[in-house]
Parts: sequence; C-alpha cells; structure tokens
Amino acid sequence: MKLSSKQVTLLKVFVFLACLVPLGDLGWGLYQDTLGANPIETVIRALGRWALKFLLITLAITPLRKITGFGWLMRLRRMLGLYAFFYALLHWCIYLGLDQSFDWIEIAKDVIKRPFITIGMLTFTILLPLAITSTNGMVQRMGFERWQGLHRAVYAAAMLAVLHFWWLVKLDVTWPLIYTAILSVLLGMRLYYRRSERLQTHAAGM
Amino acid sequence: MLIKHPHDCPASEITPQNLFRQRREFLKYSIGTGIGLALPWPAAQAANEPAEDPRIKIAGVKPGPFSIAEKPNKYEHITTYNNFYEFGTSKTDPAERAFRLKTSPWSITIEGLVKKPKTLSLDAIMKIAPLEERIYRLRCVEGWSMVVPWVGYSLSALLKQVEPLGSAKYVEFESTYQPDVMEGGAGFAGGLGGFGGFGGGGGLDWPYVEGLRLDEAMHPLTLLSVGLYGELLQKQNGAPVRLVVPWKYGFKSAKSIVKIRFVEKEPATAWNKANATEYGFYSNVNPEVDHPRWSQATERRLGELLKRKTLMFNGYGDQVASLYKGMDLRKFY
Repeated sequence: MKLSSKQVTLLKVFVFLACLVPLGDLGWGLYQDTLGANPIETVIRALGRWALKFLLITLAITPLRKITGFGWLMRLRRMLGLYAFFYALLHWCIYLGLDQSFDWIEIAKDVIKRPFITIGMLTFTILLPLAITSTNGMVQRMGFERWQGLHRAVYAAAMLAVLHFWWLVKLDVTWPLIYTAILSVLLGMRLYYRRSERLQTHAAGM
Repeated sequence: MLIKHPHDCPASEITPQNLFRQRREFLKYSIGTGIGLALPWPAAQAANEPAEDPRIKIAGVKPGPFSIAEKPNKYEHITTYNNFYEFGTSKTDPAERAFRLKTSPWSITIEGLVKKPKTLSLDAIMKIAPLEERIYRLRCVEGWSMVVPWVGYSLSALLKQVEPLGSAKYVEFESTYQPDVMEGGAGFAGGLGGFGGFGGGGGLDWPYVEGLRLDEAMHPLTLLSVGLYGELLQKQNGAPVRLVVPWKYGFKSAKSIVKIRFVEKEPATAWNKANATEYGFYSNVNPEVDHPRWSQATERRLGELLKRKTLMFNGYGDQVASLYKGMDLRKFY
C-alpha cells in the first residue's frame, strides 16, 4: 500500500490528534472529578503508562514496516517518539511539582536513594537529548551515523522504563510482565532481522 | 460529633444502590461485548447477581476518645479507594467486587492461649462495649493517607472476654477467606504474580493473617471497628468487623476478621511472608524508616494537592511511643 504525500499529511494530522486523546481524557476526568479518590496518583500513573506505551508503539514501527512493507509508517515514527517524550515530560513534571513540591534537595536525595526513582530519572535523561535532536536539521548537523548511534539509546530507555514500572508495583506484576513481553518481542525482532541481514551479506559475499 | 449527610433530592429519586450497580455492570458488559442493543434490558438484569448491602445507620453511637480534629475524607472516597487484595489489586476492585462477600451469619472464634476460648456471634460482638465514633488518621504504606470516622470500641474489651493466659505474647488475626467470591486472590493476576516470582512471589498467602504484640492489641487506641460514618461497614472496608491500628501502616488493620488466636511466638503475617525486607512485623508509621523502594517521609492526604509530612507513629506518639521504649525502630520496622 502506497500513500500519496497528501494522504501522509492527513494521516499525520489524524495521528497527531489521536495521540492527544489520552491527555484530553485525563483532563476531562480531572475537570469532572471522575478520577477517583486519589486523582493525582491516577494522573501521574496514567501519564507514565502512556509514555511507556508510546515508546513501545514507536519501537513497533520498524518491525511493522518490515512485515507489511508500508514505507509511510516511518513517517509517523518521529511524532510517536516525541509523544512518548511529551507524556514522560508531563509525568516527570508532576513528580517534581506535586510529589516533591519542587524541593530540589529532597528530589536529589530521592534520586540517589531510591533505585526506582534513579531509573525513572535516568530514563528521562536519556529521552531528553533524543527529543532535542529529533529535527531534520539536527540529523544533518550530527551526520546520520552519529545521529543513529545516539538514537539507539531509545532501546535502553525502553528497558529502563519497564524496569521503573516493575519497581513501582507492590505485588501484582501482571502489567509489568505484559510490557516486558511486548518489549522483548520488539527487541527480539530487531536481533532476528540483524542476524538474517548479516547471514544474507555473508551469503552474498560467498 | 454531628454527622450530616446532604440530601439535595428526595429519597424517592435516589436510585437504589443495587440497581445502580446492576445498571453499571450491565452497561460495562454491553459496551464490552457490543450486544447492548440486541439484548432486552430485563433479560440482562435477570442475568446479574443481586448486588450489595445497603447503607445502614447504627443507633446509639457516642463520640469516643482519641478522635482527631482533622476533617474526615468523603464517604465516597473512603468506600471506593481500598486495598483488599482478596478482591483484586486495583484500588477500585474491592468496591466493585466485595459485595459478593458472605457476611451473614458471622462469628469470631477466639482461641489459643486463653482461659476461656469462645466463638462470638456478630450480635454478641456488637454488644460487648458501647459503640463509639473515633476519627482516626489512616496511613497506607504506599504513601497516601486519609481520615476516617470509624465506629467501634477498644479491641481490649473483646480480648478480655477470653482471659488471656500469662504465656500469650502475641495476638494473631485471621481474615475470612471465601475463594468462590474472591476473584482477586486466586485469579489471573495472583497466578501471574506467582509466576513472576517478584517480591517474594506467589501473591499473598490466604487467608490474610495479621498480628500484634499483646500490649499493642490491648492498647486503648486499637479499635475493633464495625462501622464508619455512623453506618455499618461496607464490605470493601472490611465488613462486618475489622481491626484498626491507627499508628501502624494500614495493612496491619486486618479486615473481615473470623479468628483471633493468642500465641507465644511472633505470628507470620501476610505481607511479611510475601516480602520480609519491605514489610516488617511492627510496621509502625515512621517517617525516618523508608520503604526500600520509596520514601515514607511524606504522604498524600487524599483530597490535597501537595504531600504533607508524615508524623511519627502517624501522630499517635503521645499514646504509643512508650510501647517501643528501648527498641531500635530501624531494626524492628
């Protein structure tokens, strides 16, 4: 299936708006007071989960394109990745503001002392430069090879994000397990493709 | 304290709670399956179980000692934000599922190292001492808190009935276990939890068991509760009778108690068995001893925007600090 550039633009607009639905949903829930007894917790967890979901969706683009052959999927990848960062940013801001009241000393202590927070911070620190260097200009300035090298850090970010989720859960690990499984499939497919590509190059060389 | 319930609409216009719940369940079901339009309403209604217990006012509740002056949380919040893992691990699971719990008939068996072991019916339990309203802080180990106007009396009044022996050093509390109605306990999540093997593995060991040292159990603050907001307890809050130990993290306050046992050795308690490094036997609220994975220095009081500082012994230090004199609370967390 090939899309014209006009269709791709339309698709991008649609995806852009669709990605805002979770945020709108949370905002509406806050406004209507339907987020339960602890709305801040509901919001911060939902934002964290959406950040993770968008990371996984972003990582699913390449394998999906390989399977389907739909080249236009790649045109959505940057936007989806930026949405992962956007939700992570909101998640991070609420932690700093509403959980820690912007008390920087307490925050520093929390980051050092608590592996779960350390991992969360580290994940965000990895995503930040990826978001900053996501423009076409940056790709050119850095050179594609270096840019790609940097952006491979997204694999580490996704693994850390899943770990961050594991450490939050008290007992019921159903969801962390599900996310781990999805991420394993997505990363496993990459390994598989890389190996089969290498085998092909070998075969071609012989 | 005067408890006011707003009545902005005549009682005749209020949807009975069970009907409301049935409608909600039906809506959820029909949206989920997409057959909402195909199925006539009465048929769907008949397929549903009769829902939960109504709100019943308790007569003759008098204000009791130890009530704090802070504003209680809303009834709707206290009854929809619960940890009752037998019904699932999400905070809203108990309010949605606990109505299936069978609470009648109910009795508590008190046994072990006592002179006069007894099995008391709920009726008998309700009459052992005058029922008091006690507005206590509740601090959850997860870092949130609320203020709850409980109804009950000091647990000591019940415990004295059986005349504990000198050899009794601890008291063990066992919650009801009804696997046929407790879908959270043995369900998918519990099974996966065990499979994951993380944090001690295997979910929690049912039935839920909690324990206190004898002097803690006999302390006048320790409440045997049968109600909140002047009404009988809702099932998600641990109906018909539960423990409330306000200076300890919430999980120490066992719900829906069926057995009390006097023992010599420290009982193996549910969360301690699941993960001993994270949940100690004492589990006193202590802002200086953090949970290994998060800080206990602050808490979010439900309904407030910013977190507040957690108080030593949840603000009950004047009453209970002497129980732990000479103990290293970092070691006995």
